[in-house]
Amino acid sequence: MAAKTMFEKIWDAHVVHEEPGQPALIYVDLHLVHEVTSPQAFDGLRLAGRPVRRPDLTVATVDHNTPTWELTRPIVDEIAKAQLDALERNAAEFNLPHFYDRFSENQGIVHVIGPELGYTLPGKTVVCGDSHTSTHGALGCFAVGIGTSEVEHVLATQTLRQFKPRTMEVRVDGPLPNGVSAKDVILGIIGKIGVNGGTGHVIEYTGEAIRGLSMDGRMTVCNMSIEGGARAGMIAPDDTTFEYVRTRPYAPKGAELEALIEQWRTLPTDAGAAYDNTVVIPAAELAPFVTWGTKPDMVAAITDRVPDPNSFASAHEREAAERALEYMGLEPSQPIQDIKIDRVFLGACTNARIDDLRAAASVIRGRQVSSDVYAMVVPGSARVKADAEAEGLDKVFKDAGFDWRVAGCSMCLGMNPDILDPGQRCASTSNRNFEGRQGKGGRTHLVSPEMAAAAAIAGHFVDVRDF
Amino acid sequence: MEPFVSLNGVVAPIDQVNVDTDMIIPAVYLKSIERTGFGPHLFDRYRYLEDGSENPDFVLNQDAYRSAQILVSGPNFGCGSSREHAPWALEDYGIRCVIAPSFADIFYNNCFKNGLLPLTLPEESVRRIMDKVQANPGVQFTVDLEAQQVRDADEDIVVDFQVDDFRRYCLLNGLDDIGLTLQHEDAIAAYEARRG
Repeated sequence: MAAKTMFEKIWDAHVVHEEPGQPALIYVDLHLVHEVTSPQAFDGLRLAGRPVRRPDLTVATVDHNTPTWELTRPIVDEIAKAQLDALERNAAEFNLPHFYDRFSENQGIVHVIGPELGYTLPGKTVVCGDSHTSTHGALGCFAVGIGTSEVEHVLATQTLRQFKPRTMEVRVDGPLPNGVSAKDVILGIIGKIGVNGGTGHVIEYTGEAIRGLSMDGRMTVCNMSIEGGARAGMIAPDDTTFEYVRTRPYAPKGAELEALIEQWRTLPTDAGAAYDNTVVIPAAELAPFVTWGTKPDMVAAITDRVPDPNSFASAHEREAAERALEYMGLEPSQPIQDIKIDRVFLGACTNARIDDLRAAASVIRGRQVSSDVYAMVVPGSARVKADAEAEGLDKVFKDAGFDWRVAGCSMCLGMNPDILDPGQRCASTSNRNFEGRQGKGGRTHLVSPEMAAAAAIAGHFVDVRDF
Repeated sequence: MEPFVSLNGVVAPIDQVNVDTDMIIPAVYLKSIERTGFGPHLFDRYRYLEDGSENPDFVLNQDAYRSAQILVSGPNFGCGSSREHAPWALEDYGIRCVIAPSFADIFYNNCFKNGLLPLTLPEESVRRIMDKVQANPGVQFTVDLEAQQVRDADEDIVVDFQVDDFRRYCLLNGLDDIGLTLQHEDAIAAYEARRG
């Protein structure tokens, strides 16, 4: 049999129907639903009189619109509340058994709860009306973000029409240097391939540095695949993956699980299988990174300076850099470590898992947030929050002066009450530094949890390796 | 879905790379549970000033471009979020076609589901259209999906293009994907039976 990549194995196992010149019909094993991109899809079903084909394969929760203040406080935004209520009504009307509301112990950001609860498993196809669905690929599945029309399509048919993407290997050779986190790995990769370097491709991350990451770290890497333009990101499942799955509440258990693990061991890319494209990055070249601009590929090492727009070769890049520096209020050649910040956001589907909170807590333990900074931690799910509290991490953060919040997407996207004021500068563990992403006029620098924590203490960016 | 066959309209230039979906419509306007009504928030952060009045510098606020049905922009248009509110906002405003050297995958796909044509042309053709439109505000182009050709009235610029057959067929006929897929109900059921 011809050698296949992991992506091809998963793809081939899910083709329901294909014809030349048409997108293939791919079966969907897990459909994650949230309040923002689903109401119009459920309306479409109602209009056509169609049921949800597989409620049992559909998991729904609220995350984008939910305030992160205490659950006893009501939601004051009536339009947001109407959207949250709509999902609750739709879940009831279409008999979705796996719906977790604001108050559920299983609530959280969809891309945190899918893996955490054991719904996301190796070899599956996973879709969600959210571009960061790429996160789930960390377990060795094919996970893609889709639009609302496709959400409706999946609800109605449990399939997705897809032209087969191309494959791209991104190999990070060698062990990670000290002080370099999963976030730095993916920022370094995007800095190298650019925001459209992965367009039309599924990226498989390989190499020693990737293998050495925890599941939480792997999810951070896969999460930002879309920021490099890729359809999806994935990492081959291994013992790290299987150990993770073993402790998930809703994952298969016992003999059933062990039999699955044996199947999952055949998923990794075969020796000799060809990718359409390969990028190699020596891990030794990676450092703690900070984005300086308004696209995720505008990255610099913490020891570096803000680039001079004139240093870029193409007119497009020069113009984009000039525009970015103007928006960000930065000067060419300014040392990154001289950039002062007003806010710190530790959260989002990129970096709000327990490993992320532990890493940040280890940096701030016994220290105080700078008096010029307002810092907050927003755990990715109710379970992450509970686990962190059981370890006493909440106390570490609160003692240092961080605000400790309730799970949700929070200040990643400027939709709920957590936003930046115009001109405010934020060290953020989220995934997008677009203009106005965290609030109109807000300035976002993407960093790792460790770097965000250190910046909160110092009041400006610092090299966490010397901190 | 409204079919897209041929469109003649004003082209508005957005001469930038990587126009992202947060630029097209910020998340704060995604709270509606309807499919319509997003047009007034298209490019919200650039279209309006602090006090809510129109920003006269923004292209769609200039009289020559106000009625634009076509946008021309730089590479990687529509990058970022999967929000279908981006094509909904464009369509609600009256834009039916975006011309660019490349598009982000999810946005590209979302457009076809809403009767919008994301038209990929070689960078030099996009540049020529951009230059012509900027030099002659209000100039109209025809985007003919049937003939797969873009041209201006005096045929100074004529560019042939190719859209894959399936998407072109769906757009020309305004076809709903779900209906097409449900024709394969047997295959889906067989797959489910096989997989248990």
